[in-house]
Amino acid sequence: MAEQQSLLSFMAEQSGKLTEQTLAHIGLTFTSLFISVLIGLPLGILISRKKNLAGIVLGFAGILQTIPSIALLGFMIPLLGIGPKPAIFALFLYALLPIIRNTFTGINEVDPVVKESAKGMGMSDWQILRRVELPLAMPVLLAGIRTATVINVGVATLAAYIAAGGLGEFIFGGIALNNTNMILAGAVPAALLAILFDFILSRLQKLNLKKVKIALILFPLTLILSSFYLIPSALGSKLLAGFTPEFMGRSDGYLGLKKVYGLNIRTVVISDAVMYKAAQQKQLDVISGYSTDGRLKAYDLVVLEDDKHIFPPYYAAPVIRDDALKKYPEVERTLNILSGKINDSVMTSLNYRVDFLHETPEKVAKDFLVKNGLYKDPRPVTGGTIRLGSKIFGEQYILTNMYSMLLKGNTNLEVETKTGLGGTKICFDALTNNQIDIYPEYTGTGLLVILQPEEKLVQKLTLSKEAVYNFVQSEFEKRYQVSWLKPIGFNNTYALMMRKKQSSQIGVKTISQLKNYIR
Amino acid sequence: MSDIIYDFHRLFGRRTYKPCLLSATILLPSTMIRLENVSKTFGSDTVVKNISLEIAEGETMVLLGTSGCGKTTTLRMINRLIEASSGQIFIHGQNILDQNPEILRRGIGYVLQNTGLFPHYTVAENIAIVPKLLGWDSEKINKRSGELLEKLHLKPGEFLNKYPSELSGGQQQRIGLARALAADPPVLLMDEPFGALDPITRNKIQKDFKDLDELKNKTIVMVTHDVYEAFELADKICLMDKGEIKQQGAPEEFLSNPASHFVSSFLKEQRLQLELQNTMLSAIDPGVMSSDSNLNVWEALNISLKKGHKPEESADFETAELIKNFIRHKTGNNG
Repeated sequence: MAEQQSLLSFMAEQSGKLTEQTLAHIGLTFTSLFISVLIGLPLGILISRKKNLAGIVLGFAGILQTIPSIALLGFMIPLLGIGPKPAIFALFLYALLPIIRNTFTGINEVDPVVKESAKGMGMSDWQILRRVELPLAMPVLLAGIRTATVINVGVATLAAYIAAGGLGEFIFGGIALNNTNMILAGAVPAALLAILFDFILSRLQKLNLKKVKIALILFPLTLILSSFYLIPSALGSKLLAGFTPEFMGRSDGYLGLKKVYGLNIRTVVISDAVMYKAAQQKQLDVISGYSTDGRLKAYDLVVLEDDKHIFPPYYAAPVIRDDALKKYPEVERTLNILSGKINDSVMTSLNYRVDFLHETPEKVAKDFLVKNGLYKDPRPVTGGTIRLGSKIFGEQYILTNMYSMLLKGNTNLEVETKTGLGGTKICFDALTNNQIDIYPEYTGTGLLVILQPEEKLVQKLTLSKEAVYNFVQSEFEKRYQVSWLKPIGFNNTYALMMRKKQSSQIGVKTISQLKNYIR
Repeated sequence: MSDIIYDFHRLFGRRTYKPCLLSATILLPSTMIRLENVSKTFGSDTVVKNISLEIAEGETMVLLGTSGCGKTTTLRMINRLIEASSGQIFIHGQNILDQNPEILRRGIGYVLQNTGLFPHYTVAENIAIVPKLLGWDSEKINKRSGELLEKLHLKPGEFLNKYPSELSGGQQQRIGLARALAADPPVLLMDEPFGALDPITRNKIQKDFKDLDELKNKTIVMVTHDVYEAFELADKICLMDKGEIKQQGAPEEFLSNPASHFVSSFLKEQRLQLELQNTMLSAIDPGVMSSDSNLNVWEALNISLKKGHKPEESADFETAELIKNFIRHKTGNNG
């Protein structure tokens, strides 16, 4: 009951946003549906006439249907940019199959005797289509439109990933922030919309026998519903920012930007997967990202300096079990070789080589060590075994490979690596359960994900990278008997980014400058 | 048992057999439909082989044969639902290929076995289809629809606003007929029009069909596999097999003068009954009461066999007497 209360109060509190998102959702659904009917219906009629085309057309529409929604949205970005256009286009493609197929099936299922009698009485093909086939196919056709509508209400939530709005903004924001009320505030209205539209269309289906000209009702209705969708106004600030749903809701994200910097920028919600590309293609001017992401280099973006330190420091450093450290003291010295050797831009370009040029992490790691004179050929194994772990992304693979090479070249230990240990939780559990001895971790993650101290303490600590490092070092030692070795040097944290060119054109290098530029 | 009931109902539903019943007396019957050396091939399959036919104005021609003999294909070539592969077809002296097929079809009534009524149209709307295509005004259409329903013994007030699914099979078939007749076309094509009906209903509708003055001056081409139906309704029969015409002519010629072994064996099973039906009671028993003089022998036999069960029947025939007379009549005729 308390949960429900707070859901209602959340919805009441956010009613403006909720209304806006719901209308955008309805608009997205029906605009795309309208276009699908406009194109799918004639296509369905065409293949009912030319049956040899049916396989190709239905097959093609079927393939479109199997493309994962988010991938389809991604494909649309280079063609149509971000915002409602690609979203509507993708939704249109999804709605196409049920509409074409049901038109085709509906017409095919009309009793051939009725068609023959129509022809035998001297009706033209067009008259047969309009007066016999379409009216008799209408219930099946409407069932197709119903299916398409329900699919579209569902898929339209994903539109939030490409800045097209809709109830997905709450849903994905809520998931990212682990905020159940926020998820429900998006999910419940979306489900209700699906049920409501399905119900309305089922009523229309029943009206058919009474010979109401359904098309005459359906089309204006769709148009009216479509018009709910107001394309985000071009008014507002000079620059457009695209932030992930998670970033939008975090106090060390958009909320902090507003509070600490007083930044008042026009924002859209967008997924991490397409954000960088959208920035490169000038669909967005400012994005939230990670400071060592390879895409920074790939898309020629630059990080704005966080001059008021709202983003907590995420300095990478190896964490190691105390017992391993005691057993193999030479490990500490070896791992610290890397300390201070990799700054943000170096890490970014290493990530770029792995994520974009698809070089192997081993090659990238070795090249780096060789270039910096740190690489040594492996020494014969005489000692015990040390186990390395990593989370499941490129940067961690590169670091683990470097550590592995350093340990082989500088100690006589056997090195075992267990890469791809999922996220922070899995990796850290593996460490504390004595399944691995070492893995690279980030100070901010150690603080916010593992230690989770009170918010006040967090706010105080995050002002300084040393304070965070010292805190996690002492707390990890105390609680888990795990040591933080020296930081590697780079800080993989949240960051605001812009295109390099635009940043230098308008002279914006820091977030404060950005704020001043906008105002 | 069911056979007896079947025949019985046929019997009592029947009117007297009289050749050329449906055709008005025409002094110089002109040819309405003419097929000249018409063939139809589907792929390598020749389903109609070089047939020629003439159907006079006002005549009822029945295309008779087993399924797959090409009779339906022949019918459908007349209104160009199927285009002939070779040969020519004329209606009223005009080659049908010279006409727009849609215009051609609007001038030809078409009745199908399963009616083909539009399920989403009311009876009134179904009947109005062709008149609307021809651009009649609604007043004329309404008047005509009401008139046709009356003639087919359906109350217009009750039926006009019903949907086909609310009607019985027999009622649907009547509406199908009304629809074909709506624009008063001179030619009527009927594809097994009574085939889907149960025997009782079929019999009633056949009777109505014969009585319907609307049909008296129509040129009708009807397809059936039912020998009785053919003999009952046809002015001329065209017996087909494997795409070829085996014999065409008046029904009695088939009995008296079968053209081939195929024809006689086709009719063999039904022969006795057909002969009984084709012989008038007055022909074998000149002294018969005048009220019974228009019965045929088959009907008289059935009445006599059922005597006692049907006290309301006034006729009083002795079965043995009838058979004796019939045989005497036949042998006399033959020899």
